[in-house]
Amino acid sequence: MISPVLSDSAIQVTDLTIKLGHVVALNKITLSVSAGKWTSVVGPNGAGKSTLLQAFAGLLGEQRDINIFGRSLDAIAPRDKARRIAWLGQNERVTGDMSVYDLVMLGRLPHLSWLESPADHDHLVVKQALETVHAQEWKSRSIGELSGGEQQRVFIARALAVNADILLMDEPLNNLDPPHQSDCLTLIRGLVSQGKTVVTVLHEIAFALYSDEMIVMNEGEVFFQGPSVDKKTHMRVEQVFQNRIEIHPFNNRLVVLPV
Amino acid sequence: MNISIHTLSNRYALITGLLVCLSVILILIGVSVGSTGFETLTSVFKDPMSNQIVWMIRLPRSLGALLAGALLGMTGAIAQGLFRNPLADPYLLGSASGASFAVAISLMMFGGSPFASYLLIRLGLTGAAFIGAVVAVLLTLLLARGVQNSLRLLLSGVIVAVIFGALSSIIALSSPDILQAMQAFLLGSTGFVSWNACGVMVIALLVSLSFSLVLSRVLDGLTLGEATAASLGLRLKSMRVALIAIMSLTTGAAVAQVGLVAFVGLVAPHLVRSLVRVNHAKLIFLSAMMGGVLLLAADILARGIIAPQELPVGVLTAVLGGGYLFWLMYNGRDKRDLL
Repeated sequence: MISPVLSDSAIQVTDLTIKLGHVVALNKITLSVSAGKWTSVVGPNGAGKSTLLQAFAGLLGEQRDINIFGRSLDAIAPRDKARRIAWLGQNERVTGDMSVYDLVMLGRLPHLSWLESPADHDHLVVKQALETVHAQEWKSRSIGELSGGEQQRVFIARALAVNADILLMDEPLNNLDPPHQSDCLTLIRGLVSQGKTVVTVLHEIAFALYSDEMIVMNEGEVFFQGPSVDKKTHMRVEQVFQNRIEIHPFNNRLVVLPV
Repeated sequence: MNISIHTLSNRYALITGLLVCLSVILILIGVSVGSTGFETLTSVFKDPMSNQIVWMIRLPRSLGALLAGALLGMTGAIAQGLFRNPLADPYLLGSASGASFAVAISLMMFGGSPFASYLLIRLGLTGAAFIGAVVAVLLTLLLARGVQNSLRLLLSGVIVAVIFGALSSIIALSSPDILQAMQAFLLGSTGFVSWNACGVMVIALLVSLSFSLVLSRVLDGLTLGEATAASLGLRLKSMRVALIAIMSLTTGAAVAQVGLVAFVGLVAPHLVRSLVRVNHAKLIFLSAMMGGVLLLAADILARGIIAPQELPVGVLTAVLGGGYLFWLMYNGRDKRDLL
């Protein structure tokens, strides 16, 4: 698959400020997210991680402050934007009792015009997305009957079904048990190797360290940005958590220990 | 294709068919039952008197009940999807109290019953009820400063309802001679639906059904929450405005003709959901049919139970609807959503 990347950055943010009520959630943020890589956003609670992700998706803030693949978000029609950027929110909650299959099919909405019903291709994409998260057996079950972790896998499938160039996931590992957490990390790697750009918010630093790059946030500002393997990045991560954690190499991996 | 999906669409077709059959049967019963007894249908072609009764009273009234129920049922389905709340009903944006306020004012000014036979008064009152309903919704939108925030919309709806309710009470108290007429409107009655009224409701139903079926994907998207729906490229703001416009049109049309019939709009979508799991396009369509069947059945009962006298149909729908919700709360599949 040819990735549509012309420049090195998939998302560029210039001087973005977002206020939620009277609170400044993001303060004059300028950064860029590399295309075809996995970037994870980390930082203490209330640092503005989720807000940043929603801004990337064009759900909050001034869209002209954000460029994707060199185009300003406010110059892209909503449906076009939805086809290029998939967003998975934190703690999604569903009302009603939609079937798993129909729910994942909602990920195809950006690809369908008003009265168009899903074509064979859409059904195929949904089927593949369900298989990716091992949820194909539940496809005719009601979403409300599933456990929290099972629901989360279905929500991930919904985001995958959009088949977007940029995938934004806020705490995708929420409610997942260890084997499925590991599956999800492998899945993200697979997506990146296909040329997709993935941005995750992860509170579990040990998992965030698997990414290619890290954006370290603090109090609505970008505290540091750098490769996840760099010692310097690790120091900054430790610092932003008031040196209450330590990152150590162990068997070619990195472990995070509380202090 | 897949078996379970197959059976689901079969189930949808089955329920659609059942509801169509029920509507036809109920219409036939509806034209046969009345204060003059059951036998008139057989003599309809011989006796000009019973011909008159069936054509000018029972048939339009039965069709009217079906249509008003359909309008309320589909509005309930839209409201519950739009506000992501299983307890939402067609009146939640204040339309009901706006309509009753307008009816109270016109009764005070012109006198008479809301179901009077004088065409002019009747026309004036239904017009007033419709305008009252629409004005109340507009006021709710104004108070909520637009459609962006669901919670603010719901709260504004409550505020508008309370204020209009209080104003109507003041009017009713200051001119006691309209009390009985007001009561009839508040309880709802299908007693004096004319052919003209049926025509108005058919048009309202066809227009609003087709628009809401087109917009139903927004409601599907909204089950995932507003942010996710927006991330899927749905233009929430404009589609919300459109759906609320549809809701006030349908509620206004129904309320103007039959008064404040309780519970049909709330219960119809729940009944449909307890029978079959479908997307919003099908839910809206089935809720319309279900609402029609419910109100017509209630109307027939209201005519039959204490014949030759008649119960206000709203009393029956309230009792039946309340009972059904109570049962649902303790036994139904929607238990999780309701509690």
